[in-house]
Amino acid sequence: MSSKLPSKAKCVVIGAGIVGNGMVYHLAKLGWKDIVQIDKGPLPNPGGSTGHASNFIFPVDHSKEMTAITAESMRQYKEFGTFTESGGIEVARTPERMQELARRITSAKSWGVDGGRIISPEEVKKLVPYIDETVILGGYYQPTVGVVDSLRTGTLMREKAAEMGAAQSFANVEVQDITTENGRVKAVVTDQGTIEADYVVIATGCWSPKLAAMAGAHIPLTPAVHQMKDIGPVPFFKDTKGDIEWPIIRDMDTFMYERQHGTGLEIGSYAHRPILYNAEDLPSNATATLSPTEFAFTQVDFDIQDEHSYELMPSIVGDENVREKYACNGILSYTPDGMPILGETPEVKGLWSVAAVWIKEGPGTAKSVAEWMVLGDSKIDLHASNIARFHEHHKDDKHVKARVAESFNKTYGIVHPLEQYESNRKVRLSPYYDREAKLGAVFYETAGWERPFWYECNKDLVAKFGDKVMPRTAEWESRWWSPIINAEHLQMRETAGIVDLTAFAYFDITGPSALAVVQKAALRQMDVAIGRVVYTPVLGPNGGFKSDLTIMRLGESHFRVVTGGAHGMADKKWFADLLPEDGSATIKDITSDYTTLGVWGPNARKIVQEVTSADMSNEAFKFSTCKEIDIKGVKVLASRISYVGDLGWEFYVPMADGPALWDALWESGKNHGMIPVGIGVYGTTGRLEKCYRAYGPELETEYTVVEAGMQTPKLKDADFIGKEAHVKHRSEKPAAMLCTLFVDDHTSSTGEKRYMMGNEPILTLDKQPITDSHGRRSYVTSAGSAPSLGKHILMSYLPTELAVAGNKFIVEYLGEHYPCSIAEVGATSVFDPSNERILA
Amino acid sequence: MDVLVCLKRVPLAGGTLILTPDAKDIETKHLGFGISPHEENAVEAGVQLVEQMGGTLTLLTLGPSDAEEQLRAQLAIGATRAVLLETDGQEWDPQGTAAALVDAINAEETKFDLIIFGAESVDSAGYQIHVRVAHALNRPIVTNVKAMKIENGIASCERVVATGREHYEAPLPAIVTVRDGLNIPRYPSVPGRMQARKKPVDMKKADPRVPKLEKLNLTIAPSKSTGAEILGNGADAVPALVEVLKKIGAL
Repeated sequence: MSSKLPSKAKCVVIGAGIVGNGMVYHLAKLGWKDIVQIDKGPLPNPGGSTGHASNFIFPVDHSKEMTAITAESMRQYKEFGTFTESGGIEVARTPERMQELARRITSAKSWGVDGGRIISPEEVKKLVPYIDETVILGGYYQPTVGVVDSLRTGTLMREKAAEMGAAQSFANVEVQDITTENGRVKAVVTDQGTIEADYVVIATGCWSPKLAAMAGAHIPLTPAVHQMKDIGPVPFFKDTKGDIEWPIIRDMDTFMYERQHGTGLEIGSYAHRPILYNAEDLPSNATATLSPTEFAFTQVDFDIQDEHSYELMPSIVGDENVREKYACNGILSYTPDGMPILGETPEVKGLWSVAAVWIKEGPGTAKSVAEWMVLGDSKIDLHASNIARFHEHHKDDKHVKARVAESFNKTYGIVHPLEQYESNRKVRLSPYYDREAKLGAVFYETAGWERPFWYECNKDLVAKFGDKVMPRTAEWESRWWSPIINAEHLQMRETAGIVDLTAFAYFDITGPSALAVVQKAALRQMDVAIGRVVYTPVLGPNGGFKSDLTIMRLGESHFRVVTGGAHGMADKKWFADLLPEDGSATIKDITSDYTTLGVWGPNARKIVQEVTSADMSNEAFKFSTCKEIDIKGVKVLASRISYVGDLGWEFYVPMADGPALWDALWESGKNHGMIPVGIGVYGTTGRLEKCYRAYGPELETEYTVVEAGMQTPKLKDADFIGKEAHVKHRSEKPAAMLCTLFVDDHTSSTGEKRYMMGNEPILTLDKQPITDSHGRRSYVTSAGSAPSLGKHILMSYLPTELAVAGNKFIVEYLGEHYPCSIAEVGATSVFDPSNERILA
Repeated sequence: MDVLVCLKRVPLAGGTLILTPDAKDIETKHLGFGISPHEENAVEAGVQLVEQMGGTLTLLTLGPSDAEEQLRAQLAIGATRAVLLETDGQEWDPQGTAAALVDAINAEETKFDLIIFGAESVDSAGYQIHVRVAHALNRPIVTNVKAMKIENGIASCERVVATGREHYEAPLPAIVTVRDGLNIPRYPSVPGRMQARKKPVDMKKADPRVPKLEKLNLTIAPSKSTGAEILGNGADAVPALVEVLKKIGAL
């Protein structure tokens, strides 16, 4: 450690917990020098969340991104010799949890975490003799669970970076300000001097919002309490030598864990009421009772947990002579959507956030973010953690607190993939909201928008189509689903449907360099005629997907980008970062100014033609083009594209004109059998029948355009991000191909028909996981009904040598196996493969 | 034997105290609450006496309704029941507090053989309540006790003074105030916590009294130097270390 703070650095890393230390280490490893690390507290334990962490790692999560980051973290902990394998068991007290444990094992197989299995209560007892096996129904045993020494790891990382001559660390330095200039970070002002820096990394966990605010940026997380209690000495553990020798127990249904720690038993809980703080209100090292992130234990919040741990481990917890050694309300970081907050802040260039990262993710996250900073992209896809994902309303503390309060108790909960938040809803309403509500819309949320997922007014259609709606009886896949979705789909294919797409994000790129900017972002040719609509992937430097979106050329120097709401803000930052510094192109976010309605189906042309003077014929209005038309006096930008596989248009109008547009189309649609259609069709059934890929599930940085089956016959001459990598991918044999599969038999062992939801592993016929030559597992990227075909569709990347139409596989779902086979290799649609309907 | 222990909910301060803007109170926004360390010795003494001799251990406090948290914590280590004289959260002056405690003690059916206080509270350290209570109840009191035995209706108490140890005997019913060193207070067990939830806590409204003492404001005492001094590294430090050890009489 040096004594005098330098006045200049390439990069200042604020924070010396597991994340800050990891950042220093990985930036140094990737070749950066002149790194300065500071922390307000003392070393090696500055008083943040790392210092009181329970330090155990379960390697499985339903999120692929989290699992990959955790696996990379475990690899590093092992490399540093700070990982002790103990095994771990998630125990179930309810049948619902047993099903959830089977689901966790399927996720584990999909993400390449092996060795886990369901075990009986008696087997749990054999592994953990102090458990009362009569209160559980079974457990999920994962032998690779372990415990790490996060403080020691951090120290080693810091030391290695210092040995490389790349970094200096300073303890007891308090940051007072982070200054900026022209939207770029300039310096970190501390109580011991100012450090000018090209890059500043905020790795300060629960204090991050406070530090970001100094620079005018937002890191929307909240400090939240996690209670734990350490009891002992436990007579049963008196001969244990190590910190951890017995498997860790997660008592999932009570949201608790129990782990042996030396001669003690540590009992932790996510069951208590949410106890949230503000980053500004956390005490300093000097004024804190224990440490700034260890608040006094509030027993009253733990009363029920005492009883639950007693039930599970009566011989230890129930022993009057085993006493509380230590208990605290430990502070952790929670975010409104449960994912970390990583990346360069959209507000300030050069200011990076690495926040809301837990022990199990620390080293892997640090490596990935360091790659992103130094190389421009990370190997592991981090899109769900990207700080740029937040819309303005997400950054509001009221939203953060409401969502964390709602989701805190779901930390160990059984969370359905489609589960909706209940708090802080109706934040953004489309102009049609009241009309939709009257039609019985069931609203799901995207980026704060309320979107109809299906309409109860269409329920009579379920009877009309009968078994064609592929009714579901099993509770799990019926939850957050309705057969009305499939009925709407079938009706749209017969007549037409109107779809509210207000949740799109839109931004206009204008100026002399506008074409250059969109060319740089887009894989496809953007130097097209005015009025052309181009659907294009957006690639990262490694040639993986950063997005897929639509760009309309509205003028010589005017392009409009239309993209999904969920990823819209990240796309905005991506394009904004490409703007030339001379101001010759600008970007304007018009998301809140515009609304979109789509009308699709065989009758779409008739419906629109009746309310416009424009010629909507196929000859006059070609597919993939857009133009301004009038609809009953409203000026509308109409774009002839389709994400559902039928003839139709998207109509863009200013928000204020939305109701008039809806009413005009609705009136005309009545004569042609048009129904309101929800996002269930738009996002799943319509899309999957057409084998359209979606960003996130299919399109992500780990897969290439060639593997996704989306390469164009001819590559454009203009340069674009990822071109070099893409050219290379085109010349290689792809390791995997994205395939569309049909499930051949849905019948479970109990005779019930079951329908996969996505993320399940695809197995060989002898039930072995499938791995391609890059080490990637085959799993279901998207799943859903194809009502027009009477099939349940699965999309999956399969090794190229196995990717042959007709090849048979097994898909594992909730612990059972179902046969499936490849219907189509590549992007050709399984429904209307020649696109006659769209081009009609 | 029926024992009463009087407690006070106090903030558990860290290294540095912060005052409220009006400087009348300690800022407790981030602080937990507990009881004073000497009171932990008092409860432990009471628990041990009841374990040895049978009888009951009652806890009594005057404070906000939140003080139930402190009562439950001590019920968890073995007290029988508790009484909470509920205030509006304002700090009462010693006279008012002592008078309220005396009224509550007199209202109890149990005539306590022994009433134990901690020597002082860590927050206000007034050293007054126990003496005032003893005076009002007309009972003998021994303060600052570090060792105690109850035999034949007599409390034999030892206290440490600069010149050695003093020994007192007080006939029961009596009052003692105790200090650390008397015993090692036990921590609660989980079963203790669970039992404590079911033990009776009588909540009574404390009748407000006209304060005779007015708190104007608090000031933080200047912090003492930490006094850490690096004597040297490795073997070079040995002579200096020896000097220090000699100076403090360890060599």
